[in-house]
Amino acid sequence: MTAAASPIPADWRDFFALTKPRVMSLVIFTGLCGLLAAPERIHPVLAFTAILCIAVGAGGAAALNQWWEADLDAGMKRTAARPLPQGRMSRTDARDFGVVLSIGAVLLMGLAIGWLAAAILANSVVYYAVVYTIWLKPRTPQNIVIGGGAGAFPPLIGWVAATGDITLMPVLLFAIIFFWTPPHFWALALFVQSDYAKVGIPMMPVVAGETSTRRQILIYAVLLLPLSVLPWWIGGAGRIYGISAVVLSLGFLALSIRVGLRHRTGADDTMKPEKQLFGYSVIYLFALFAALVADRFVPL
Amino acid sequence: MTRQNDPKRIRRSRNNVLGLLLVAFVILIFFVSIAKMS
Repeated sequence: MTAAASPIPADWRDFFALTKPRVMSLVIFTGLCGLLAAPERIHPVLAFTAILCIAVGAGGAAALNQWWEADLDAGMKRTAARPLPQGRMSRTDARDFGVVLSIGAVLLMGLAIGWLAAAILANSVVYYAVVYTIWLKPRTPQNIVIGGGAGAFPPLIGWVAATGDITLMPVLLFAIIFFWTPPHFWALALFVQSDYAKVGIPMMPVVAGETSTRRQILIYAVLLLPLSVLPWWIGGAGRIYGISAVVLSLGFLALSIRVGLRHRTGADDTMKPEKQLFGYSVIYLFALFAALVADRFVPL
Repeated sequence: MTRQNDPKRIRRSRNNVLGLLLVAFVILIFFVSIAKMS
């Protein structure tokens, strides 16, 4: 159990850490790409405000996630140093901080940008903090598949902030991240498996076993290949994006095949292919969305 | 990262950060208002 109230007040850096800044960098990037790839332009100040709202909303959801999972975080090596498990902050403070950030981000998005973007932002916060964290994560090994939707919202929100409506393109961007999330996260879960098992989180490798997880990683990588190229096929993106998507997704598939068809050699297995797939998956998403923006700005 | 354990210092640095964020927020609202009018 974490400390109810620390005699030493939480440092501002602890509040910052509560927003998961590393995850937020990917959220900001994909949100910005969605906004820049949209066919309509908005005032730079409003564009900045929209991205700020996406980031703050994601930070609020992350704080609520850590508030709920403080006890579980304390039991895992990867998360034990977070402010709540360390007792540097009370759970009530973390909860209030998350609620204020989330509501503030949604209100500012609604007032400054538009209520459709604000509604999707609110939906993404609830999806992550309630549907994923509270409901699915402790109950089903499919938690990552359905919960992956939470991380897929930023480019959709960015696009809607710029255009004011939802078309097929932002839905495809949503789908790309949705299908990217399971292989990305399961690759991580394969080499930190013992941590999740220790705190009773039903991650796919713990419940269904490694072989099944590896096969599912491969299935998602196969599906991701045509899905990532679809924006090019429907004319929503040009050749820079299309060629990048083919090359990047083939690389993703090649690494996934290596992970999908192998078995752990023993207790001393370094899990190098899984670590490589996880590292590549992060680069993949950054590069794919960068190509989408480059496509919009670089004439070819 | 070195942590300062003096509660007074921590509160002061928290208040400074909060103050800066509030000023930044007011400036942002000002510029958003101008952008919405243009």
